[in-house]
Amino acid sequence: MSTSQDGNQHTAQHASKSAAAIDRARAQGRAALIGYLPAGYPSVEDTIAAGIALAENGADLIEIGIPYSDPVMDGQVIQAATTEALAKGFHVREVFEVVRGITSKTDAAVLVMTYWNPVVRMGVDEFSRRLAKAGGAGLITPDLIPDEAAEWMAASDKYGLDRVFLVAPSSSPERMKRTVDASRGFVYAVSIMGVTGARTSVSSAAKDVVAAARAAGAERVCVGLGVSTASHVREIAEYADGVIVGTALVAAIRDGGVDAVASLTKDLSTGLTKEEA
Amino acid sequence: MVRLMVDAPAAGSDESAVDAFLQGGRPEEHPAQGEPSLRHAPGPYFGNYGGRWMPESLIAALDELEDTFEKAKADPEFTAQIAELNKNYSGRPSLLTEAKRFAEHAGGVRIFLKREDLNHTGSHKINNVLGQALLAKRMGKTRVIAETGAGQHGVASATAAALLGLECVVYMGAEDCRRQSLNVARMELLGATVIPVTNGSQTLKDAINEALRDWVANVGNTHYLLGTAAGAHPFPAMVRYFHEVIGEEARAQILDQTGRLPDAVCACIGGGSNAIGIFHGFLDDPSVKIYGFEAGGEGVETGRHAATITLGKPGVLHGARSYLMQDDDGQTIESHSISAGLDYPGVGPEHSYLADIGRVSYEPITDSEAMEAFRLLCRTEGIIPAIESAHALAGAIKVGQRLAADAAADAAAGRATDAGAASEKIVIVNLSGRGDKDVATAAEWFDLLDKDSPEAEIAKEGEQL
Repeated sequence: MSTSQDGNQHTAQHASKSAAAIDRARAQGRAALIGYLPAGYPSVEDTIAAGIALAENGADLIEIGIPYSDPVMDGQVIQAATTEALAKGFHVREVFEVVRGITSKTDAAVLVMTYWNPVVRMGVDEFSRRLAKAGGAGLITPDLIPDEAAEWMAASDKYGLDRVFLVAPSSSPERMKRTVDASRGFVYAVSIMGVTGARTSVSSAAKDVVAAARAAGAERVCVGLGVSTASHVREIAEYADGVIVGTALVAAIRDGGVDAVASLTKDLSTGLTKEEA
Repeated sequence: MVRLMVDAPAAGSDESAVDAFLQGGRPEEHPAQGEPSLRHAPGPYFGNYGGRWMPESLIAALDELEDTFEKAKADPEFTAQIAELNKNYSGRPSLLTEAKRFAEHAGGVRIFLKREDLNHTGSHKINNVLGQALLAKRMGKTRVIAETGAGQHGVASATAAALLGLECVVYMGAEDCRRQSLNVARMELLGATVIPVTNGSQTLKDAINEALRDWVANVGNTHYLLGTAAGAHPFPAMVRYFHEVIGEEARAQILDQTGRLPDAVCACIGGGSNAIGIFHGFLDDPSVKIYGFEAGGEGVETGRHAATITLGKPGVLHGARSYLMQDDDGQTIESHSISAGLDYPGVGPEHSYLADIGRVSYEPITDSEAMEAFRLLCRTEGIIPAIESAHALAGAIKVGQRLAADAAADAAAGRATDAGAASEKIVIVNLSGRGDKDVATAAEWFDLLDKDSPEAEIAKEGEQL
């Protein structure tokens, strides 16, 4: 059975929360802003407060990362934050508190970004059940490819969760198609061959990845990795449906707390409006 | 074609696993007769293990590697190149040496050592790095990266890169760099760049994480020369392929020297590359019992160990589904072993499969047991083994004593035959590496150093020079 990205084959209550959030932004003539925060950094309460600040200042979707011992896709800033959260005793189950804390106060779609082993350990079905119960929209899975995702496909269908897989500049057309077909909500286009971290400019590869994903049938494609300023956002908003900012927000909460997250989000959101054609 | 798979439910708590182990371990199972061959398992899956739990960014590189490897295996020019390098550069075949005085301490059975310690660079590691470096050249890559714990794989990688004219970057935990400053110097002498890793726990697993981050960013010109039979497909099957020569040689040599197959084969298991190499030669010989000895560290009951299969649970790390030392949240647990080469919280997926089907028995050996076997081999045979290999030697002593006890029981029951006597039992031990690198650790362990010597100072702070 294949499932389409926009969730057409599902019942109304299983409509994609991420797709709805992106479509609301689209109806306003702009791209969606997606902000990342690591759960439990610097504390669970701060993550909730910062998530609410994200939503209140222009973020349409929020990505909550689960701190993990071996984050191979993350650069220094996020590694330092998640390592600290773990050192302070963060537990995976607390991510549901964070999701609940944000979804109960805002109408942003809240996704969890996680390396796969914490989900395996809890049990894919149990993790999915608890995420759905907390009001979560779905999962972004940086080290899970559709080839290995049979159990997650079943659980995400069962609980009506979005499954956001990544596509990269190195993805072949066949893999692009396979990944787009397996995704629901949106497809996460990795802008560059590398790990998370602020960069001075957005890779030109990003536009090509988005085009390839669209050619493979993706209805919603969001771009992440290396996006840190309003001008990056503006550049990407020209061709993508959403713009994902991570490291810059983590640095903001590290250096200036929730207030800094709010003001950076406000600034980033100024880049969202597409230029008139 | 990649098969979709379903996750097995997680087992009980860590405590109950410890209890189960202490009370007799995993259920005994044996492969049924007439089962299909266990040799040459192609991956990506070994039963429920293996696969590709990797970022999409790296899948194209894994596909390219798999394709290159499959074509190379079928190319007589490639296999001839490997054979030539094995013979004239590494010094293969390695000897199979009977250890008669050592065997007196192992129930009086006959013990033979597969002498991978005599290879160029001092361990089995050279088999794999030469193969992968040749594949890197075939793919047109100009740069190889590698992870290393104690430095053995780093040195081997730097060696292969120097031989084949490749740029080489080695990631090594900052703490290991300090403890292993001589190995850092060896790599630099060979032209490699060593990058100390300060992230996470600053150990081997973090060096792998950092190498993977480098690979994602530089995959166009870079091959990741993974040092063990773990990781994403095709690494486990490919690394095994390059080490299969160990088992092929050992099987032919024991038949030549004794006229029959051994009763048991023993190897140490960290990631498991030397072990899978020697095991492979005997997987389809049902009369040969196969044993893998994991690092029991300070004792599996202390929590300070690296006995991944004995006490771990299935999970995904560094690209493969396999047994894994992890907490209830799925966070990787730090491993502990006196042997840096075994100090890894994961294990190759084929070993997890061989454990589950009962073809190979995996048991922990403590630091103390390994060091006693280390000393014993030094003093009875004039061979200083790597501390990794000493775990296999300690295990062989136990296996030999069990075989002798079985022979005695048979004799008491009136079933004694010449072939059944302890002195006719044969055990092969894979002596995966030499112990020169471990002299400081051993000297500290046996209290051989002057209190004020610089070596004592270093050994006090770290595990090895």
